[in-house]
Amino acid sequence: MWTLEPRSDAPLLWQLATPVMAVIATMLTGALLFGLMGYDPVAAIRTIFWDPLFGASAGYSRPQLLVKAGPLILIACGLAVGFRAGIWNIGAEGQYIMGGIAGAAVALAAYPAEGWWIFPAMIVAGAAGGWAWGMIPALLRNWFGASEILVSLMLVYVAQKIAAWMAFGPMRNPEGFGMPGSRNLSQYPAAANPEMVPGTGIHWGVIAAAFAVFGVWVLMSRHIRGLQIRAAGEAPRAARFAGVRPSALVAFCLGLSGALAGMAGLFEAAGPAGQITDSFGSGYGFTAIIVAFLGRLHPVGIVLAGLLMALTYIGGDIAQLMLQMPAATVQVFQGMLLFYLLGFDLLTRYRIRRRITA
Amino acid sequence: MSDNAIFRAEGLSKTYPGVKANDAISFEVRPGDIHALLGENGAGKSTLVKTIYGLVRPDEGRMWLDGQPFDPADPHAARAAGVGMVFQHFSLFDAMSVAENIALGLDHPPPRRELASRIATLSEEYGLPLNPARRIADLSAGERQRVEIIRALLGNPRLLIMDEPTSVLTPQEAEILFATLRKLAANGTSILYISHKLEEIRANCDHATILRGGRVIDSTDPRAHSARELAAMMVGGEMREIDRSGRSPGAELLAVRDLTLAAQSVDGTSLKSVSLQVHAGEVLAIGGVAGNGQEELLSALSGEIPSPAGTVTLEGADLARMGPKQRRRAGLLAAPEDRLGHAAVPGFSLTDNALLTATVRQGLAPGGMIRHGAARDFTQKVIAEFDVRTPGPDTAARALSGGNLQKFVIGREVLQAPRVLVVNQPTWGVDAGAAAAIRQALLNLAAGGACVIVISQDLDELLELGDRFCALNGGQLSDPRPVEGLSLDEIGLMLGGAHGTEVAHVDA
Repeated sequence: MWTLEPRSDAPLLWQLATPVMAVIATMLTGALLFGLMGYDPVAAIRTIFWDPLFGASAGYSRPQLLVKAGPLILIACGLAVGFRAGIWNIGAEGQYIMGGIAGAAVALAAYPAEGWWIFPAMIVAGAAGGWAWGMIPALLRNWFGASEILVSLMLVYVAQKIAAWMAFGPMRNPEGFGMPGSRNLSQYPAAANPEMVPGTGIHWGVIAAAFAVFGVWVLMSRHIRGLQIRAAGEAPRAARFAGVRPSALVAFCLGLSGALAGMAGLFEAAGPAGQITDSFGSGYGFTAIIVAFLGRLHPVGIVLAGLLMALTYIGGDIAQLMLQMPAATVQVFQGMLLFYLLGFDLLTRYRIRRRITA
Repeated sequence: MSDNAIFRAEGLSKTYPGVKANDAISFEVRPGDIHALLGENGAGKSTLVKTIYGLVRPDEGRMWLDGQPFDPADPHAARAAGVGMVFQHFSLFDAMSVAENIALGLDHPPPRRELASRIATLSEEYGLPLNPARRIADLSAGERQRVEIIRALLGNPRLLIMDEPTSVLTPQEAEILFATLRKLAANGTSILYISHKLEEIRANCDHATILRGGRVIDSTDPRAHSARELAAMMVGGEMREIDRSGRSPGAELLAVRDLTLAAQSVDGTSLKSVSLQVHAGEVLAIGGVAGNGQEELLSALSGEIPSPAGTVTLEGADLARMGPKQRRRAGLLAAPEDRLGHAAVPGFSLTDNALLTATVRQGLAPGGMIRHGAARDFTQKVIAEFDVRTPGPDTAARALSGGNLQKFVIGREVLQAPRVLVVNQPTWGVDAGAAAAIRQALLNLAAGGACVIVISQDLDELLELGDRFCALNGGQLSDPRPVEGLSLDEIGLMLGGAHGTEVAHVDA
């Protein structure tokens, strides 16, 4: 008989090994799934994980890696701080949308003015929009004890409706021949967030993500506030004893993750997406949750996990194009990845022992 | 070796990684004896009784029960063979009734009506009054223990193991318990009684087996030895004398005025108009059974729960609305009872745990950025001065034994030179040597002109440390009385006697 025995502490080796094991298990299960669906499993896996980087058309797909990884990493950095404190912001997608709308609103209000101040003002507005949307679950939790998990998740759907309203209503491009969607900001130089070095995919959002990674690392490993956040997640009473006010922590964590998600939304609206449409929310906010956990809530891990998830996005697109695989392939992959990660996580906290029954 | 022993062990050994918990233990329990198992924490008592109760399989050695070879694979087998056990920490469901809890703990519970009548018979016979219909949540510690005892007795045990049963009882409740145990023994049930309270064992036990470092040191009649001799056998050397000298009461430091706090949770206790004044160089001892407002009082003093303005002042400054950080800056420090999860974060290294409470006074994070070197140095100092046995400051708190972590927690506060230090259960579950060191550190702190408030259930500790004694009962704090000349009986009455439990009638 096999039994699980709690470990006294989580060994570093297992903490590093489980994400890798989860990725491998996902590939194997994915291959099995594709085989059953009638595709060549080896070709499918190669198309998703290999071709985007080294395949024939890699020159086109490689820059996309940073374009997709940028927002994922930026959002995941904020989420990881909250998750460490045991504050579960599941609604980054909504904060992302609201940040995009708020940032775009500044640009559309300024149009067609030119000025150096427009883009910075959009960043501030984007962060503020996401922050405000994150503060709703924070205040409801602090005042009424409402679950921030449910409230933040539900607000995603509200944000999606607002995006649709904006695209069809107040923000509709007056020169767009009645088509839904705002003006294309990438064609408005003062507000555009273009690729900075051709062929790399680097835009302001990627730079912001790099700053966020460094900032979160400093906060969590060098600053007393980070220590208190970790304490709150592991032992809330000890954190309180140390002087952490739970309500302040809730507001800080939801505000921070909301602001970063909002900034990611703005960079997307002004750059790769270019406009606010009814389908502006593309799932980055949800995928970032997987990125945060896959990266072990550590900034360096989040960078690696963000790149990996970006790869599945791009690889999924290519597989759809080249092998006519269904569009849900990517979601299945991402779902499996989180599932296996949580499953293998058991191994970091427990060891498996064979019990000798006498 | 007599052949009529109820229980006999020969050469029991059990090795865990790095420690030989039991080393060739042999002893026997005679019929009708109250047999004490005496030893410090870590002496191997728990492993030994867990072996007898079938929770631990010995590596070597054999046991006999009633002359039959006895080798229980699990507690079911042990109970079936006639061994019962009452644990130190109760395993009862608060929301359920006495009868329901007892039924849940039995291997083959009889029908409800029959069970109720058997509970009634047993409680009548042994002077353990219990109403089977009452909810556990409404019972006192002594009454909860009766539930556990009755549950064990329903299995008709030949040998009943009691693990530190008096640690949660008032002196009066303990007396009632011993009367019950004597009656059980007279009816032929042998008792294996685990404790480190020497006077209690000398007064009530027929025989004592003393363990140290996993070995049997002696098996003797405890009444033939003085408490001092037993203690010497237990710790292997003379007990350190506590030095109470060099203290003189000074100016008033901390004042609590008319502090009333609603309970923080359903199971919490509300504080009712608590007032106290303590002075420099003084130790105030606050006694009482846990759950009577001890945690709430500590939280109100540490700043975890703010209180109405003016209710907590330190040297005239009003701290009542301040949080833990400002109170630490002012010099009011605290060490809670619960080491893992309240005083320390289990998964944090000792250095990180030092940062939790020592940052303000030691300047470990100026401007918020942590000075890891300074934090490590401070942690090293705590480890060195308080003899914390650990590989180093990077070890996780949960990897330390209870006693070592307690030394760390107390040392972390003491070395910050507090004006007032509040401690709850400073030596709970700590071995005698470490307990003496902690107590001495607290006395030295007072001798240095600080004030110490000790909240504890351990009366010996309170009398040893305190200058004045008061009792916390149902959230109310009694007027303090000088410890000098206070008798155990008076203290018991201050603690609420037998806590208004249903009165026991034992014809012993």
